[in-house]
Amino acid sequence: MQDNILSMSSITKAYRMGNEEQIVLKQIDLQVRKGDFLAVLGPSGSGKSTLMNIIGCLDSPSSGNYMLSNQQINELNEKELAAIRNKEIGFVFQQFQLLPRLSALQNVELPLVYAGINEKERKQKATEMLSRVGLEDKIQNRPNQLSGGQQQRVAIARAMVTEPTILLADEPTGALDQKTGQQIMELFQQINREGKTIVMITHDREIAKTANRIVHILDGQLREEAAYV
Amino acid sequence: MFKENLKMSWMNVMNNKMRSALTILGIVIGVSSIIALITIGKSSMNEMTSEFELFGADKISIQVLGTPLKQGLVESDIEKLQEIENVAGVSPTLSGNTTVVASGAEKTNVLVQGKNDVYFSKSKDLVEAGRGINQLDIESENKVSLIGSAIAKEMFFGQDPIGKEIIIGGVSYQIIGTLKESNDFSGSSTNDSVIIPYTTSMGLLGTGYVSSVDVYMKNATNSEKITEDIEAALSEAFYDKKEAFTVMNMQDMLSSINKITNMLSFMLGGIGSIALFVGGIGIMNMMLVSVTERTAEIGLRKALGAEPKRIQQQFLLEAVFLSLIGGILGFFGGVLVAYVVCLIMGTSLILTASTVFLALGFSAVIGIVFGIAPARKASKLHPIDALRSV
Ligand SMILES: Nc1ncnc2c1ncn2[C@@H]1O[C@H](COP(=O)(O)OP(=O)(O)OP(=O)(O)O)[C@@H](O)[C@H]1O
Ligand SMILES: [Mg+2]
Repeated sequence: MQDNILSMSSITKAYRMGNEEQIVLKQIDLQVRKGDFLAVLGPSGSGKSTLMNIIGCLDSPSSGNYMLSNQQINELNEKELAAIRNKEIGFVFQQFQLLPRLSALQNVELPLVYAGINEKERKQKATEMLSRVGLEDKIQNRPNQLSGGQQQRVAIARAMVTEPTILLADEPTGALDQKTGQQIMELFQQINREGKTIVMITHDREIAKTANRIVHILDGQLREEAAYV
Repeated sequence: MFKENLKMSWMNVMNNKMRSALTILGIVIGVSSIIALITIGKSSMNEMTSEFELFGADKISIQVLGTPLKQGLVESDIEKLQEIENVAGVSPTLSGNTTVVASGAEKTNVLVQGKNDVYFSKSKDLVEAGRGINQLDIESENKVSLIGSAIAKEMFFGQDPIGKEIIIGGVSYQIIGTLKESNDFSGSSTNDSVIIPYTTSMGLLGTGYVSSVDVYMKNATNSEKITEDIEAALSEAFYDKKEAFTVMNMQDMLSSINKITNMLSFMLGGIGSIALFVGGIGIMNMMLVSVTERTAEIGLRKALGAEPKRIQQQFLLEAVFLSLIGGILGFFGGVLVAYVVCLIMGTSLILTASTVFLALGFSAVIGIVFGIAPARKASKLHPIDALRSV
């Protein structure tokens, strides 16, 4: 129990379609410790993204209990959730989700803007983070002036810049070719070695192997691949 | 925090220049029509008011129709008017048309007006050259005259008429002065007329009855009391026949002009307001489209930690920017239109600070009123629904 930064118990998510109820997540229990690199592996439609949205405080479970960094997430309002998303979670999406009109630097600055950090410090932190992902010479480029791999690096820099508790990635290599995907995974591994907790969602077994812990999700139920000690 | 939102909103407005321009068109038209109408209204009303003030705000005009027995006021009546409290002076007018001859030229049907010294002392800027009629001229019934600018030009072209002779109704008068050119607006142009002492004119025009008198007040504040006193004195003079005379208070006239001005302004303002309303709906429509288009962006911003309030502020600011730009452009457009119209009408342009504030204030309010619904909609979007919409 010690060092659990994320703890889910009996999380259920159901969608109501007309008068038919579809249970997407069934009584999920999940613990993540500081420094874990967890891959959630499962086929399409198994509920991966639904789980990620709940972990990322973008969506709320139908029932169950969710603790993140010792905070009871279920009871927070929109404003408090926004603060949690800002401080505790760094999102990396399959489609990068960069704002096209902003430069790489401005994109990375964005979460710091919402954290209320002043411009000078923002620029400094964002520049630093962009050079950590190997883009020190591309900070003024707009997303459409970057390759897919570079765009995902910008997105990772953006996710990391607030020094979140968890880096949350949904199919981070899904829009990249194999080689570029591998490079991104190497970057994740490096970030994890430096101590960052990562939760990554994927349907690709090879990608999942880069993580040091894998849980399978099938029909809304979780199963640990190896004994988790 | 606010500064960042300002920047982002401004960027979004500028990133869609063409669309922004089309969106604010309604506001531009609305504001410019309001500004143009108000400015034109103010300018022309100002012109009219100053004309009336020139005519005399401290003056009460009496027009006498008379009765079959008594066709006008006689000297003793005028003396009674003079004795009313707070009356500074009384200026009677006798007028008639006759033939004048000067420098061997003859001019028929010239308006000859009999006036007194009060008229000249109360109405400044009347005399172009020479002097006006003084008390001595009145008492001695001097045969002196002042001629209008048109007559001076016509009958004394290239010469100085002062000191020369003019034959009015067969009698020789000495010209003691010329009258300033007056414009026609007030309807009391003296350009084509000749002024002689009012006492002298009684003989010339063969009447002792005065049909028009201007009473000058010491100050215009107690004009109502003076008007009442005058009416009382006239009632007495015409044996209670109230229809024999009319008393016109310039103060009353000015206030009724102001009433018309205000009414006109309200009406014009109403028309402009409708245009503004339509413009506001245009902005709302565009903002709603923008929110829908940028659903993914909103979702992302929320995922990165933007509070609903910030999202709302950002979109609201965009709407305010749009309508403020519209307001500023509309202001300049309106002033330009007003300037051209005033140029054509020959009046001077009156631009007050309140007009500027009106334009900016109005457009800011429109931005807020019509921007709030789309901004709230944006702030209430659920982050996952928003992100999924990619
Ligand atoms: N808003 C919603 N309303 C109704 N059903 C939904 C909603 N969101 C997801 N679902 C359903 O929940 C199930 C799981 O969806 P989810 O997006 O979590 O799958 P996934 O594992 O991420 O799949 P993929 O690998 O294709 O992204 C699907 O059957 C989907 O139809
Ligand atoms: Mg998914």
